[in-house]
Amino acid sequence: MENIHKKVGSISFSLLSPQQIKKMAHVKVVTPELYDKEGYPVEGGLMDTRLGVIDPGLRCRTCSGKLKECHGHFGYIELGRPVLHISYVKAILIFLQSTCGECGRLLLDDEEIIKNQARVDKLIASGKQELIPKVNKLVRTTAKTTKKCPHCKAKITPVKIEKPSTFYEDTKRITPIEILERFEKISDSDCMLIGVNPNFARPEWMVLNIFPIPPVTMRPSITLESGERAEDDLTHKLSDIVRINQRLFENINAGAPEIIVEDLWDLLQYHVTTFFNNEVAQVPPARHRSGQPLKTITERIKSKEGRFRHNLAGKRVNYAARTVISPDPKLELNEVGVPLAIAMELTVPERVTEWNLEWLKTFIKNGPKIYPGANYLFDGSKKKKISAETQEVILEELKAGQIVERHLIDGDVSIFNRQPSLHRMSIMCHKIVVLPGRSFRLNPSVCNPYNADFDGDEMNLHIPQTEEARAEAEILMEVETQIMSPKHGLNVIGCIEDAVTGNYLLTDDNTVLSREDAISLLLSIGVINTEKIQKFKKNVPGKEVFSALLPEDMDFIYDKVVIENGQLKTGQIDPKTIGEGNGTLLRDIHRSYSETVCVDLFGKIFKLGIAYLMKRGFTITTSDADIPEDVREKAKDIVTTAIESVNIIIDDYKSGKLKNFSGKTIEETLELMVMQKLNETRNLIGKMISKTVSLTNNAIIMSRAGKGNITNLAQTSVLVGQQALRGKRIERGYKNRTLSLFKEHDKSPESRGFVRHCYKNGLNPVEFFFHAMTGRDSLMDTALRTPKSGYLYRRLANALQDLKVEYDGTVRDASKTIVQFSYGEDQIDVSRSENGTIDVKKLIDEVTKKK
Amino acid sequence: MDKNIDITQHVLVPKHTMLSPEESKKLLSDLNIISSQLPKILKSDAAIKHLNLEPGEIIEIERVSPTAGRTKFYRVVING
Repeated sequence: MENIHKKVGSISFSLLSPQQIKKMAHVKVVTPELYDKEGYPVEGGLMDTRLGVIDPGLRCRTCSGKLKECHGHFGYIELGRPVLHISYVKAILIFLQSTCGECGRLLLDDEEIIKNQARVDKLIASGKQELIPKVNKLVRTTAKTTKKCPHCKAKITPVKIEKPSTFYEDTKRITPIEILERFEKISDSDCMLIGVNPNFARPEWMVLNIFPIPPVTMRPSITLESGERAEDDLTHKLSDIVRINQRLFENINAGAPEIIVEDLWDLLQYHVTTFFNNEVAQVPPARHRSGQPLKTITERIKSKEGRFRHNLAGKRVNYAARTVISPDPKLELNEVGVPLAIAMELTVPERVTEWNLEWLKTFIKNGPKIYPGANYLFDGSKKKKISAETQEVILEELKAGQIVERHLIDGDVSIFNRQPSLHRMSIMCHKIVVLPGRSFRLNPSVCNPYNADFDGDEMNLHIPQTEEARAEAEILMEVETQIMSPKHGLNVIGCIEDAVTGNYLLTDDNTVLSREDAISLLLSIGVINTEKIQKFKKNVPGKEVFSALLPEDMDFIYDKVVIENGQLKTGQIDPKTIGEGNGTLLRDIHRSYSETVCVDLFGKIFKLGIAYLMKRGFTITTSDADIPEDVREKAKDIVTTAIESVNIIIDDYKSGKLKNFSGKTIEETLELMVMQKLNETRNLIGKMISKTVSLTNNAIIMSRAGKGNITNLAQTSVLVGQQALRGKRIERGYKNRTLSLFKEHDKSPESRGFVRHCYKNGLNPVEFFFHAMTGRDSLMDTALRTPKSGYLYRRLANALQDLKVEYDGTVRDASKTIVQFSYGEDQIDVSRSENGTIDVKKLIDEVTKKK
Repeated sequence: MDKNIDITQHVLVPKHTMLSPEESKKLLSDLNIISSQLPKILKSDAAIKHLNLEPGEIIEIERVSPTAGRTKFYRVVING
């Protein structure tokens, strides 16, 4: 509020009157021709140089400005017959309906007029101007229903509109000429009551007699490579208008039959209409010869490709690249692999000083075609292209103060982004590594914050061009600084896939490596130092190898994982400790050591996992889905008893013994109870499997240390379970039954999509059908939900985009209006908390222990 | 519906109280704002209707917060 320097008080929109159009015009356009034989603009044509210039070298004949100095001038044409402005047909209809065709007065008797005028005056007096439109509307609706003019006693025939722009009184057409005549008779005070201020917009100005020709600068022609000129869509439309207008004049002057004149008049109306708006309903859009519709005035402004969203809210930038991404686990977290071709196109401006003169000369010597070279030299005023011809001169004249735009080299700062940029981790700063190939390479661990995968995703790369921009990117946007998510205080970047599985297997109690293997494993990932390695005996347990990465003084306890003095004592490393979104170990290190230690350790853990898994190997076989016979029998019993108990529930329901839950019908209660019973079964079996099946089973390993789930194994080898369609059992299909082989109202599990077989042994046809149903449904669901939730999020983000936490802890918007009195009501920075809370007890324990 | 129900007694309606002129002044100076920068509440809002307030007066609302337990919120009364 107080920091607004210039506040927009009000904006008024008004119509151009014919006088104004003539006054602001500098040219009367008389011919549809654009250029003469020599290619010069015709005088009195649409490209007249008095309308502004679009060719370099020419001067505007109105203001004698050159290209870019002169912003163009309007012209005008006189129309042979008046036509309606398509954007105002609605208003024209209102005026026709609420005024008398004979005397031009408002169709209200004097008493009513005075009454309504008094209402308006009262509103103005009490400062409630915003309510005036309501009075206007009342006036219009009452005037519309009047049958007889209260002033001249003429009979009023209701005016109807035939879209897009013809008006009828019964069957008689009201021509624009008549409309003009009627509107001229309307008094200023009547206008005000109808709701139009005659100072800004007289009704007759909505009918065009004089047509303004916009300056050439807003419709520049483009010279094609072939030397041909391609005119702007607006110019095409304007020449149509001028041509038809001319023919109309000729025919009128020659005294042609009225039918011919009227045809031309309608044609003129069509051209003027499409000039303003080429998407009017019931008007065929004007097209290019290729059949593509012309982009006229309304289309220039409107919607996503219009002026606002395309050119003002969004802009294109230089120094940017975009290509397909692919993974490279050998890159560091904060690196991005850039193809050589891109590295030679994008540049970094480097200011020449006496200390880097020689170094920069090597770039210039290489020129633009040899990597690492330079493309341009900027000497304070002019930008020179470096090429074989200019190279020598530039080399000789190179001196401090000039700026060399050199190719990208390893270590340059870049900003990497993937759309949709939904949170701040969607745009992060990476260091460049120039690589062969054609795709951007990135560490697979940063896929999660970008929400990227490698099925053809493309990403954008920007090169900051100033020292300030680089500093800002490095300090605020570096990947390292973004590890902790501001949404839940856990790491968004964690170990995935092979890295998790590798560490899981390495830290297994039974994993033992030979001393040589252990050391070479550690050396291969760059762990050189440590006394820990020296302490290795002949046989090294996997846990010790993992511990070699940890800081000496580290203590950590989570679930079964216990680390004391930098030694992993018990427990196995799994996604809960180093995975993305819940890596408690990583969070602990981040908090008690530092960002750098955390990133460093993370990189080592990641590489160790991959290196170990590569050495050990990992796969799955069909026999992994074989469940011991006794377990299978037990599982069968569980399923049978579950189905039996469901049948009992159904029997209870049939005999009316079932009691409904409060707020639910008996049918709903039945469904709930059955669903619960059946879902329980699968979980029960899952639990049983994880207890009984050997831990060396590859499917079990995946469920603990990868993306797998114990349900996957349960479904392949024991039971697929209930198929749910929109959260319910399958209930539709035939009348009162799901398939024709069931009896009506059959509520048994097998008729409602319960699949009691497993994938490995195969489903029966009915089960297969139900399974396909839910499969199809979930496919549809994801396809439909994504754009919906995307739009929802866009609206939310737009509404909240200017909110900011101020230094006093309040949340305010751009005008400093308070939204929240203390951020999140508890003022906790979530990215520095544990899931939104701060464990004070733990903190105190830690501090006191250290002392 | 029974129109005589006193909604201010309902568990879901937080406590609304009016700030005294001194308290209001202190609040505004503490936050370094003018009263129009506060969130607004209609004079006719069901929770403060019974207080019969004038526009410009400030209401303190004591809410239950999932993050902070209890929290105070302020709104300025406007016409309507």
